[in-house]
Amino acid sequence: MNTTELLYAYAVTQDAGDLGEALETVTGVAGEPVRAVRQAGLAALAGPVPAAGFDEAALRASLEDLGWLERTARAHQRVVDAAAAAAPCVLPLRLATVYRDEDGLRRMLTERGQHLRAALGRLDGRCEWGVKVYTLPPRAAPAGPSAGAPPAPVRSGRDYLRRRAAERTTRREEEQRVDEAARTLHATLATLAEDTRLYPPQNPRLSRQPGRNVLNAAYLVPREQGPRFTDAVARLAEAAPADGVGVELTGPWAPYSFVTPAPP
Amino acid sequence: MNAPLTPAPGGGANLADILERVLDKGVVIAGDIRVELLDIELLTIKLRLVVASVDKAKEMGIDWWESDPALSSRARTRELGAENARLQARLAELENAGARHAPPEDQEPGKETR
Repeated sequence: MNTTELLYAYAVTQDAGDLGEALETVTGVAGEPVRAVRQAGLAALAGPVPAAGFDEAALRASLEDLGWLERTARAHQRVVDAAAAAAPCVLPLRLATVYRDEDGLRRMLTERGQHLRAALGRLDGRCEWGVKVYTLPPRAAPAGPSAGAPPAPVRSGRDYLRRRAAERTTRREEEQRVDEAARTLHATLATLAEDTRLYPPQNPRLSRQPGRNVLNAAYLVPREQGPRFTDAVARLAEAAPADGVGVELTGPWAPYSFVTPAPP
Repeated sequence: MNAPLTPAPGGGANLADILERVLDKGVVIAGDIRVELLDIELLTIKLRLVVASVDKAKEMGIDWWESDPALSSRARTRELGAENARLQARLAELENAGARHAPPEDQEPGKETR
């Protein structure tokens, strides 16, 4: 038994044969080459990683390190992307799914084969698209009826209170407009998708987006309908600034958000 | 931010986009190398606090958009703040439990884990 290396698994796909080429140019989380381990009609994409970096103690420490997490998550995603470009369906595994050797990985493919094949069948030929809606900075939003006029000078306490009340009303109206815009956009895109998932809004520290994230959603779309979906997003995005929001599209992703059935 | 659409195929995804998928989604399957259940919950909570400005996990998406469309932004913000506080409390609990259970020789003395 080799104790200095472990096997990091990225994704599972049908054993259709041609993945070798797609994987030739991509490297994994430890810069290692990635290969297909085949069993029971399935192929797990995996690469050898040093035990010193990926055993229990090392993982426990590393998972706490946001820098390590970012590098590893991006590398994991790169491998999944490369595979998704070559196979009709790829089931991404969660980060840090690690086996002692090929036998362990094969055992998993055998034990979980039925479940994995069912998921592959359900998601075959589908992609995930991510759509986020952000509030635009106030200046970028089109002016309301009175927004262009400079504020009247404050002459009295009553003026002040009146202005505060007006500001509160404006803010509330803006919030409602933004909420409404996000709901409408989500409802429209949902009609073009087979399934949807809503994520919590993102933390600006990680997204580096100045606006408030008011919609963070994933859409499951048949591959051939991808252009129809992205065209719709583009049209909605063109209209969005009028409601004070901007739209961001990511994808196509492997169907990460849809490998487990919708929560009840 | 004047560009209405930022198509971001592949590389354009931000860190939060990637982490919320690679860490929180995908097939969860037991590897031979097991990160203890406690550690996974701990990590997930920490990441939710970092990755998402708020955590309502699964029910949040549904409540937010479908169940209660009348819920105002402000009420939502308050509710999410409360949820965040609950997560922080659970995190502290888990960290205490972790400190009790973790064999001391596993920890490199003086090493910062964040």
